[in-house]
Amino acid sequence: MATGVAAWLPFARAAAIGWMPVANCPMPPAPREHSKKQDELIILNVSGRRFQTWRTTLDRYPDTLLGSTEKEFFYNEETKEYFFDRDPDAFRSVLNFYRTGKLHYPRYECISAFDEELAFFGIIPEIIGDCCYEEYKDRKRENAERLMDDQEENKDSKLPNMNFRETMWRAFENPHTSTMALVFYYVTGFFIAVSVITNVVETVPCGSTPNQKDVPCGERYTVAFFCMDTACVMIFTVEYLLRLFAAPSRYRFMRSVMSIIDVVAILPYYIGLVMTNNEDVSGAFVTLRVFRVFRIFKFSRHSQGLRILGYTLKSCASELGFLLFSLTMAIIIFATVMFYAEKGSSSSKFTSIPASFWYTIVTMTTLGYGDMVPKTIAGKIFGSICSLSGVLVIALPVPVIVSNFSRIYHQNQRADKRRAQKKARLARIRIAKKGSSNAYLQSKRNGLLNELLDLTGSEEEEQHMNKTSSLLESQHHHLLHCLEKTTAHEFVDEQLFEQNCIEGAQFSRSPSLSSQEGFTGTCCTHRSRKRIPLPNASLSTTHTHTHTQGLQELSAIHIQCGDQPSLSTSSRSSLNMKSSERSRINCRGQQITTAVISLPSPTNFPPDGDGHSPANPIPAPPTINTTTSSNIVKVSAL
Amino acid sequence: MSHCRKRCKRQLTKVARYFYRFLTGTLTQDSIEDDFELSTVCHRPEGLEKLQEQTKFTKKELQVLYRGFKNECPSGVVNEDTFKVIYSQFFPQGDSSTYAHFLFEAFDTNKNGSVSFEDFVIGLSIILRGTINDRLNWAFNLYDLNKDGCITKEEMLDIMKSIYDMMGKYTYPCMQEDAPREHVETFFQKMDRNNDGVVTIDEFIESCQKDENIMQSMQLFDNVI
Repeated sequence: MATGVAAWLPFARAAAIGWMPVANCPMPPAPREHSKKQDELIILNVSGRRFQTWRTTLDRYPDTLLGSTEKEFFYNEETKEYFFDRDPDAFRSVLNFYRTGKLHYPRYECISAFDEELAFFGIIPEIIGDCCYEEYKDRKRENAERLMDDQEENKDSKLPNMNFRETMWRAFENPHTSTMALVFYYVTGFFIAVSVITNVVETVPCGSTPNQKDVPCGERYTVAFFCMDTACVMIFTVEYLLRLFAAPSRYRFMRSVMSIIDVVAILPYYIGLVMTNNEDVSGAFVTLRVFRVFRIFKFSRHSQGLRILGYTLKSCASELGFLLFSLTMAIIIFATVMFYAEKGSSSSKFTSIPASFWYTIVTMTTLGYGDMVPKTIAGKIFGSICSLSGVLVIALPVPVIVSNFSRIYHQNQRADKRRAQKKARLARIRIAKKGSSNAYLQSKRNGLLNELLDLTGSEEEEQHMNKTSSLLESQHHHLLHCLEKTTAHEFVDEQLFEQNCIEGAQFSRSPSLSSQEGFTGTCCTHRSRKRIPLPNASLSTTHTHTHTQGLQELSAIHIQCGDQPSLSTSSRSSLNMKSSERSRINCRGQQITTAVISLPSPTNFPPDGDGHSPANPIPAPPTINTTTSSNIVKVSAL
Repeated sequence: MSHCRKRCKRQLTKVARYFYRFLTGTLTQDSIEDDFELSTVCHRPEGLEKLQEQTKFTKKELQVLYRGFKNECPSGVVNEDTFKVIYSQFFPQGDSSTYAHFLFEAFDTNKNGSVSFEDFVIGLSIILRGTINDRLNWAFNLYDLNKDGCITKEEMLDIMKSIYDMMGKYTYPCMQEDAPREHVETFFQKMDRNNDGVVTIDEFIESCQKDENIMQSMQLFDNVI
């Protein structure tokens, strides 16, 4: 039942009075209304703008947010209203839907914003009224096309595990990905041009031999042209075979238009090779040479404009078909009329209706060669009508084709522009993101240094360090910290990470490493948590996964208070050597090693940390026993 | 012959006017008649107090009723088509247009082809707030299609058919062809006291008052609003 007419239900029930007297059996009891509550006004506060409506209005659509009990989640007890933190402008359309039963799409609204609002309020967009549905669908399609363009860009990103074949295919499809591909692209382009030019020049008459007329260049310098042709065909064949090899789906590749063009371009040559100078066949062979001109279509891989043109023609197929059909009809009509009009005149060129086709076509397209002209008056009149209608018939579908072409062309322009802008956009977004992750690392450092300062008891620095970070930030940092604890890894900076990799790789044996069996670190892309037993073994591979040296050097603050062995917990980024045999560093003013000094190029450390570097370098104790039981891996330090 | 010639002349003038308009480019002209249709008839009910006097509804009930009414019919009156459309939304399976037509006739007390809010509310008041006798009277009025004071078998048959039409095709047990007719027979057996083939108002009320089921079902309307 349409809930819009829910208000008329009492009337419908009252109308049942007509059935009562004629009924033979008793009626079922009516449902009791348990709570006979009056219809009340509901206040919906959407971002400060108050909307009011009857409760029954909202109850009309019980499978939406406002019509169901879901809105109770948004009820504000103090103000006795429902508060939604959404866009009030878009809410207007939503509420009007309840009131009138029709959902309208406002033109000024962004399509994805509108979709989000609808999704939030539980309304399916399909019920948009007919008046606005077309507009909605058009904008949605446009948006989807744009997003698809963006997504295709993401496909360019390098996938880590691509074998040779896939790399080759990617190189073929997107020449700008690697230099080799670009070279290949330009070489093939050059050879296509050369091939087309030789085909053209072959037929130019070049200098006459003394005996006869001008011979075309092709016949004069047969060998040269043959060599050029062979070279080009070699290149094209090699290219085609390489593409065939690299294609992910060979069958589909062979069916694609470009590959057919490739084949057609090189086939005449091979057929020519195979065929000998057989007299009858050579005529056909000459015809085959025409197909060499298809090589020019190979340019469509190189030129986007050609591709757009082809795509436009494909998408306007129906308009073109209509144009063709209407032209054919008009041609036949006018040819017949002209034929019969000119039948009477003597020496008329209009010998038959098909012969008049030529005249009609030439006239309708306003070419007017003048080889066939009507001579009778009737013929002239009909001829003029013919040319006028020709202009009309051709002019009608052409704007459609033109607008299609312009739309696709502009879309492509936009895609290119967006691609160029995207790099800048992504860089900016990356910087912003790094800012937030840096905030966490920064806060870690601050926290550590705070603890440090606590222990050293220097007051003023402590105050300096105690930057008040917002509650949200601190909660977020706490969350990241929990994650670190869970996975027994820590977040690091990009540069640190790379440095770890380098150091881990470069590290040569050091006695201190012998004891560090438990320490494994991971770096580079392969985040494997292998427990590499000894440094020696690990360092042999370039994908080394130990940073023992790095770990050691990047040791964080070894703060040990008293005899507590597990001081690794006190500092977040400590080198988790839980050995009690560790060098006892007293809590107060002793050797507090910060990682800062250990790194060769501590670029992103707060300068404060440097102030604490003690004189002596890192205690790289050979006595570090690997009594640590946990797998806590120190990837890097501050 | 002159008739023919007159018609010919008329056609010729039409064609000539057409060609004239074709040449001057005024072929598609907004005709003046269209403008008149745009001005819609708008009717406003008299006043809340007056309606309160005329009916037995409270103010709040009238407000609720009017809001629903105005939502569906912004112009203030319901014509028969709208009436049928609204009513058919409650009976999606069958064809309720005939019964709706009868209802419309019953509501449209001043027979002007449209039901205003007053008519609507007065009718509803009788059905929902009236005494049992009022309700029976109203039902009789509904059945009496030509308003002559008695229900004939044909009238009853029409009503019965319209009610059965609302059931639609998919019923259990399958709808027989003569089900309405049989039902009419039963009805007349019950109602027609003096067996004269028609049911008058007194017979109707008397027979209904004697029937337990009907009395009970009449009380269903107390709680509709």
